[in-house]
Amino acid sequence: MAAIYSLYIINKSGGLIYYKDYGSAGRMDTNDSLRVASLWHSMHAISQQLSPVSGCLGIELLQADTFDLHCFQSLTGTKFFVVCEPGAQHMENLLKFVYELYTDYVLKNPFYEMEMPIRCELFDINLTQAVQKDRVAFLGR
Amino acid sequence: MARVAPRTGDAIFANVERVNAELFTLTYGAVVRQLLTDLEEVEEVNKQLDQMGYNIGIRLIDEFLAKSNVSRCNDFRETTDVIAKVGFKMFLGVTASVTNWDADGTCCSIVLEDNPLVDFVELPDNCQGLYYCNILSGVIRGALDMVSMKTEVTWLRDVLRGDDVFELQVKLLKHVPEEYPYKDDE
Repeated sequence: MAAIYSLYIINKSGGLIYYKDYGSAGRMDTNDSLRVASLWHSMHAISQQLSPVSGCLGIELLQADTFDLHCFQSLTGTKFFVVCEPGAQHMENLLKFVYELYTDYVLKNPFYEMEMPIRCELFDINLTQAVQKDRVAFLGR
Repeated sequence: MARVAPRTGDAIFANVERVNAELFTLTYGAVVRQLLTDLEEVEEVNKQLDQMGYNIGIRLIDEFLAKSNVSRCNDFRETTDVIAKVGFKMFLGVTASVTNWDADGTCCSIVLEDNPLVDFVELPDNCQGLYYCNILSGVIRGALDMVSMKTEVTWLRDVLRGDDVFELQVKLLKHVPEEYPYKDDE
Protein backbone atom coordinates (compact mmCIF):
# COMPACT_ATOMS: atom_id res chain seq x y z
CA MET A 1 0.00 0.00 0.00
CA ALA A 2 2.93 2.27 -0.38
CA ALA A 3 1.62 4.05 -3.41
CA ILE A 4 -1.28 5.83 -1.74
CA TYR A 5 -0.73 8.15 1.21
CA SER A 6 -4.26 9.23 2.00
CA LEU A 7 -7.78 9.53 0.69
CA TYR A 8 -10.30 12.33 1.28
CA ILE A 9 -13.95 12.83 0.49
CA ILE A 10 -15.45 16.30 0.82
CA ASN A 11 -19.10 17.21 0.49
CA LYS A 12 -20.39 19.90 -1.80
CA SER A 13 -20.04 22.61 0.81
CA GLY A 14 -16.41 21.80 1.47
CA GLY A 15 -16.72 19.81 4.68
CA LEU A 16 -14.49 16.80 5.13
CA ILE A 17 -16.72 13.74 5.41
CA TYR A 18 -14.11 11.01 5.08
CA TYR A 19 -10.39 10.81 5.65
CA LYS A 20 -8.15 7.80 5.75
CA ASP A 21 -4.39 7.48 5.62
CA TYR A 22 -2.41 4.52 4.45
CA GLY A 23 1.09 3.83 5.66
CA SER A 24 3.31 6.15 7.61
CA ALA A 25 4.21 8.70 4.96
CA GLY A 26 2.21 11.90 4.85
CA ARG A 27 0.18 11.10 7.92
CA MET A 28 -1.77 14.01 9.34
CA ASP A 29 -3.70 14.74 12.50
CA THR A 30 -7.39 15.63 12.42
CA ASN A 31 -6.89 19.36 12.30
CA ASP A 32 -4.45 19.15 9.42
CA SER A 33 -6.68 16.88 7.39
CA LEU A 34 -9.61 19.27 7.88
CA ARG A 35 -7.36 22.10 6.81
CA VAL A 36 -6.25 20.30 3.68
CA ALA A 37 -9.85 19.50 2.80
CA SER A 38 -11.16 23.05 3.08
CA LEU A 39 -8.07 24.43 1.40
CA TRP A 40 -8.51 22.06 -1.50
CA HIS A 41 -12.19 22.86 -1.78
CA SER A 42 -11.41 26.57 -2.07
CA MET A 43 -8.51 26.12 -4.47
CA HIS A 44 -10.67 23.90 -6.63
CA ALA A 45 -13.37 26.57 -6.75
CA ILE A 46 -10.89 29.37 -7.44
CA SER A 47 -9.20 27.40 -10.20
CA GLN A 48 -12.53 27.13 -12.00
CA GLN A 49 -12.91 30.90 -11.88
CA LEU A 50 -9.35 31.68 -12.85
CA SER A 51 -9.07 29.24 -15.71
CA PRO A 52 -8.57 30.95 -19.07
CA VAL A 53 -10.54 28.14 -20.70
CA SER A 54 -14.30 28.33 -20.32
CA GLY A 55 -16.08 25.31 -18.90
CA CYS A 56 -13.17 24.38 -16.64
CA LEU A 57 -14.19 21.86 -14.00
CA GLY A 58 -11.39 22.54 -11.55
CA ILE A 59 -8.00 21.01 -10.77
CA GLU A 60 -7.72 17.33 -11.51
CA LEU A 61 -4.08 16.76 -10.69
CA LEU A 62 -1.59 18.58 -8.53
CA GLN A 63 2.00 17.44 -8.89
CA ALA A 64 4.58 18.24 -6.26
CA ASP A 65 8.12 17.01 -5.57
CA THR A 66 7.05 14.57 -2.91
CA PHE A 67 3.47 13.70 -3.81
CA ASP A 68 0.73 13.79 -6.46
CA LEU A 69 -2.82 14.79 -5.64
CA HIS A 70 -5.53 13.41 -7.91
CA CYS A 71 -9.02 14.84 -7.63
CA PHE A 72 -12.35 13.69 -9.00
CA GLN A 73 -15.52 15.72 -8.63
CA SER A 74 -18.87 14.11 -9.25
CA LEU A 75 -21.61 16.07 -11.03
CA THR A 76 -23.39 16.37 -7.70
CA GLY A 77 -20.45 18.28 -6.23
CA THR A 78 -18.86 15.67 -3.99
CA LYS A 79 -15.07 15.62 -4.35
CA PHE A 80 -12.85 12.60 -3.92
CA PHE A 81 -9.10 12.98 -3.83
CA VAL A 82 -6.05 10.88 -3.12
CA VAL A 83 -2.60 11.95 -2.15
CA CYS A 84 -0.11 9.45 -3.53
CA GLU A 85 3.48 8.81 -4.54
CA PRO A 86 4.70 10.96 -7.42
CA GLY A 87 3.90 9.21 -10.67
CA ALA A 88 1.46 6.66 -9.23
CA GLN A 89 -0.69 5.22 -12.00
CA HIS A 90 -4.40 4.55 -12.44
CA MET A 91 -5.55 6.97 -9.77
CA GLU A 92 -8.47 8.21 -11.90
CA ASN A 93 -9.80 4.68 -12.06
CA LEU A 94 -9.37 4.25 -8.34
CA LEU A 95 -11.28 7.46 -7.63
CA LYS A 96 -14.11 6.44 -9.91
CA PHE A 97 -14.23 3.11 -8.16
CA VAL A 98 -14.30 4.82 -4.76
CA TYR A 99 -17.24 6.87 -6.06
CA GLU A 100 -19.06 3.64 -6.90
CA LEU A 101 -18.31 2.24 -3.46
CA TYR A 102 -19.60 5.48 -1.97
CA THR A 103 -22.90 5.14 -3.84
CA ASP A 104 -23.25 1.49 -2.85
CA TYR A 105 -22.14 1.43 0.75
CA VAL A 106 -22.69 4.97 1.96
CA LEU A 107 -25.67 6.41 0.11
CA LYS A 108 -27.62 3.16 0.27
CA ASN A 109 -27.09 2.93 4.00
CA PRO A 110 -30.40 4.14 5.44
CA PHE A 111 -28.67 5.33 8.60
CA TYR A 112 -26.26 7.56 6.76
CA GLU A 113 -27.30 11.18 6.69
CA MET A 114 -26.42 13.11 3.56
CA GLU A 115 -23.47 15.53 3.79
CA MET A 116 -22.45 14.14 7.19
CA PRO A 117 -19.19 12.36 8.08
CA ILE A 118 -19.10 8.80 6.78
CA ARG A 119 -19.07 6.08 9.39
CA CYS A 120 -19.99 2.95 7.49
CA GLU A 121 -18.17 -0.26 8.17
CA LEU A 122 -18.97 -1.87 4.84
CA PHE A 123 -17.57 1.14 3.06
CA ASP A 124 -14.35 0.88 5.08
CA ILE A 125 -13.96 -2.81 4.34
CA ASN A 126 -14.55 -2.48 0.63
CA LEU A 127 -12.39 0.58 0.38
CA THR A 128 -9.49 -1.15 2.07
CA GLN A 129 -9.74 -3.94 -0.44
CA ALA A 130 -9.85 -1.50 -3.32
CA VAL A 131 -6.79 0.35 -2.17
CA GLN A 132 -4.67 -2.80 -1.99
CA LYS A 133 -1.98 -2.36 -4.52
CA ASP A 134 -2.90 -5.28 -6.74
CA ARG A 135 -6.45 -4.03 -6.84
CA VAL A 136 -5.24 -0.69 -8.14
CA ALA A 137 -3.25 -2.45 -10.81
CA PHE A 138 -6.27 -4.57 -11.64
CA LEU A 139 -8.44 -1.49 -12.09
CA GLY A 140 -5.96 -0.11 -14.54
CA ARG A 141 -6.38 -2.98 -16.97
CA MET B 1 -11.77 13.77 -22.30
CA ALA B 2 -15.02 13.44 -24.21
CA ARG B 3 -16.87 10.42 -23.07
CA VAL B 4 -19.66 9.11 -25.18
CA ALA B 5 -22.85 8.95 -23.17
CA PRO B 6 -24.57 5.58 -23.47
CA ARG B 7 -27.73 5.72 -25.53
CA THR B 8 -29.36 2.84 -23.73
CA GLY B 9 -29.05 1.38 -20.28
CA ASP B 10 -28.91 -2.23 -21.48
CA ALA B 11 -25.25 -2.78 -20.72
CA ILE B 12 -25.52 -1.26 -17.26
CA PHE B 13 -28.71 -3.13 -16.51
CA ALA B 14 -26.89 -6.36 -17.32
CA ASN B 15 -24.11 -5.51 -14.88
CA VAL B 16 -25.89 -4.22 -11.79
CA GLU B 17 -27.26 -6.45 -9.08
CA ARG B 18 -30.95 -7.13 -9.46
CA VAL B 19 -33.71 -8.42 -7.26
CA ASN B 20 -36.63 -10.56 -8.23
CA ALA B 21 -39.19 -8.34 -9.98
CA GLU B 22 -42.15 -9.79 -8.11
CA LEU B 23 -40.47 -9.28 -4.77
CA PHE B 24 -39.91 -5.67 -5.76
CA THR B 25 -43.49 -5.18 -6.92
CA LEU B 26 -44.97 -6.76 -3.83
CA THR B 27 -42.68 -4.85 -1.48
CA TYR B 28 -43.69 -1.57 -3.04
CA GLY B 29 -47.32 -2.63 -2.79
CA ALA B 30 -46.87 -3.39 0.88
CA VAL B 31 -45.34 0.05 1.45
CA VAL B 32 -48.24 1.82 -0.26
CA ARG B 33 -50.76 -0.32 1.60
CA GLN B 34 -49.14 0.49 4.93
CA LEU B 35 -49.10 4.19 4.14
CA LEU B 36 -52.82 4.06 3.35
CA THR B 37 -53.47 2.42 6.70
CA ASP B 38 -51.27 4.84 8.61
CA LEU B 39 -52.18 8.10 6.97
CA GLU B 40 -55.79 7.32 6.01
CA GLU B 41 -56.05 10.25 3.59
CA VAL B 42 -55.22 9.42 -0.04
CA GLU B 43 -53.88 12.95 -0.55
CA GLU B 44 -51.47 12.47 2.34
CA VAL B 45 -50.27 9.19 0.87
CA ASN B 46 -49.56 10.89 -2.44
CA LYS B 47 -47.54 13.51 -0.62
CA GLN B 48 -45.67 10.93 1.45
CA LEU B 49 -44.81 8.81 -1.59
CA ASP B 50 -43.48 11.89 -3.35
CA GLN B 51 -41.35 12.76 -0.34
CA MET B 52 -40.03 9.20 -0.11
CA GLY B 53 -39.20 9.31 -3.78
CA TYR B 54 -37.40 12.60 -3.34
CA ASN B 55 -35.27 11.16 -0.56
CA ILE B 56 -34.44 8.20 -2.77
CA GLY B 57 -33.70 10.44 -5.74
CA ILE B 58 -31.13 12.61 -4.01
CA ARG B 59 -29.07 9.48 -3.28
CA LEU B 60 -29.89 7.53 -6.39
CA ILE B 61 -28.48 10.19 -8.70
CA ASP B 62 -24.95 9.48 -7.52
CA GLU B 63 -25.28 5.79 -8.19
CA PHE B 64 -26.64 6.60 -11.61
CA LEU B 65 -23.75 8.93 -12.41
CA ALA B 66 -21.14 6.57 -10.98
CA LYS B 67 -22.28 3.50 -12.87
CA SER B 68 -23.62 4.87 -16.13
CA ASN B 69 -20.61 6.97 -17.18
CA VAL B 70 -22.98 9.64 -18.36
CA SER B 71 -21.22 12.97 -18.70
CA ARG B 72 -22.69 16.41 -18.24
CA CYS B 73 -25.79 16.98 -20.38
CA ASN B 74 -25.85 19.98 -22.66
CA ASP B 75 -29.50 20.80 -22.29
CA PHE B 76 -32.71 19.71 -20.67
CA ARG B 77 -33.68 17.70 -23.75
CA GLU B 78 -30.62 15.55 -23.39
CA THR B 79 -31.26 15.18 -19.66
CA THR B 80 -34.78 13.83 -20.07
CA ASP B 81 -33.61 11.59 -22.87
CA VAL B 82 -30.97 10.08 -20.60
CA ILE B 83 -33.51 9.61 -17.80
CA ALA B 84 -35.93 7.82 -20.09
CA LYS B 85 -33.43 5.67 -21.99
CA VAL B 86 -30.71 4.98 -19.44
CA GLY B 87 -32.15 5.80 -16.02
CA PHE B 88 -35.39 3.88 -16.27
CA LYS B 89 -33.64 0.95 -17.85
CA MET B 90 -30.95 0.84 -15.21
CA PHE B 91 -33.25 0.94 -12.20
CA LEU B 92 -36.57 -0.44 -13.39
CA GLY B 93 -35.58 -2.51 -16.39
CA VAL B 94 -37.96 -0.70 -18.73
CA THR B 95 -37.44 1.99 -21.30
CA ALA B 96 -39.53 5.12 -21.52
CA SER B 97 -39.98 7.58 -24.35
CA VAL B 98 -39.99 11.35 -24.30
CA THR B 99 -42.67 13.32 -26.14
CA ASN B 100 -44.83 16.44 -26.06
CA TRP B 101 -42.09 19.03 -25.90
CA ASP B 102 -43.26 22.57 -25.50
CA ALA B 103 -41.83 25.35 -27.65
CA ASP B 104 -39.08 26.56 -25.32
CA GLY B 105 -37.86 23.09 -24.37
CA THR B 106 -38.58 23.26 -20.65
CA CYS B 107 -41.54 20.92 -20.39
CA CYS B 108 -42.07 17.43 -21.72
CA SER B 109 -43.69 14.10 -21.04
CA ILE B 110 -42.01 10.84 -20.17
CA VAL B 111 -44.21 8.01 -21.37
CA LEU B 112 -43.96 4.59 -19.76
CA GLU B 113 -45.76 1.76 -21.45
CA ASP B 114 -44.51 -0.87 -19.12
CA ASN B 115 -44.26 -0.32 -15.39
CA PRO B 116 -43.16 -3.12 -13.06
CA LEU B 117 -44.59 -1.32 -10.02
CA VAL B 118 -48.18 -1.99 -10.98
CA ASP B 119 -48.09 -5.58 -12.16
CA PHE B 120 -50.76 -6.88 -9.79
CA VAL B 121 -52.51 -3.67 -8.88
CA GLU B 122 -56.12 -2.58 -9.22
CA LEU B 123 -57.23 0.61 -7.52
CA PRO B 124 -60.27 0.07 -5.29
CA ASP B 125 -63.09 2.64 -5.34
CA ASN B 126 -62.02 4.37 -2.16
CA CYS B 127 -58.53 5.03 -3.53
CA GLN B 128 -59.38 6.67 -6.81
CA GLY B 129 -57.41 9.79 -5.96
CA LEU B 130 -54.24 7.81 -5.32
CA TYR B 131 -51.25 8.24 -7.57
CA TYR B 132 -49.93 4.77 -6.97
CA CYS B 133 -46.54 5.41 -8.59
CA ASN B 134 -46.05 8.83 -7.09
CA ILE B 135 -42.70 7.66 -5.76
CA LEU B 136 -41.32 7.79 -9.31
CA SER B 137 -42.11 11.46 -9.73
CA GLY B 138 -40.38 12.14 -6.43
CA VAL B 139 -37.30 10.19 -7.52
CA ILE B 140 -36.96 12.22 -10.71
CA ARG B 141 -37.48 15.50 -8.87
CA GLY B 142 -34.91 14.59 -6.21
CA ALA B 143 -32.33 13.35 -8.68
CA LEU B 144 -32.56 16.45 -10.85
CA ASP B 145 -32.45 18.66 -7.78
CA MET B 146 -29.00 17.29 -6.99
CA VAL B 147 -27.68 18.28 -10.39
CA SER B 148 -29.01 21.81 -9.96
CA MET B 149 -32.28 21.56 -11.84
CA LYS B 150 -35.46 22.49 -10.03
CA THR B 151 -38.33 20.60 -11.59
CA GLU B 152 -41.96 19.88 -11.13
CA VAL B 153 -43.09 16.35 -11.94
CA THR B 154 -46.76 15.43 -12.25
CA TRP B 155 -48.75 12.48 -13.55
CA LEU B 156 -50.83 13.17 -16.61
CA ARG B 157 -51.94 9.65 -17.43
CA ASP B 158 -52.07 6.55 -15.29
CA VAL B 159 -52.99 3.05 -16.42
CA LEU B 160 -54.55 2.37 -13.02
CA ARG B 161 -56.97 5.19 -13.68
CA GLY B 162 -58.03 3.81 -17.02
CA ASP B 163 -55.51 5.45 -19.37
CA ASP B 164 -53.54 3.42 -21.87
CA VAL B 165 -50.04 4.43 -20.70
CA PHE B 166 -48.26 6.13 -17.84
CA GLU B 167 -47.34 9.71 -18.63
CA LEU B 168 -45.19 11.87 -16.38
CA GLN B 169 -44.91 15.54 -17.08
CA VAL B 170 -41.52 16.98 -16.25
CA LYS B 171 -41.31 20.74 -16.12
CA LEU B 172 -38.03 22.57 -15.65
CA LEU B 173 -38.64 25.46 -13.28
CA LYS B 174 -35.16 26.79 -12.73
CA HIS B 175 -31.58 25.99 -13.51
CA VAL B 176 -29.64 26.83 -10.38
CA PRO B 177 -26.16 28.03 -11.30
CA GLU B 178 -23.32 26.09 -9.74
CA GLU B 179 -21.23 29.09 -8.79
CA TYR B 180 -20.40 29.52 -5.17
CA PRO B 181 -21.96 32.44 -3.37
CA TYR B 182 -19.21 35.02 -3.33
CA LYS B 183 -21.24 37.98 -2.20
CA ASP B 184 -20.58 39.01 1.37
CA ASP B 185 -24.21 39.63 2.18
CA GLU B 186 -25.29 36.07 1.43
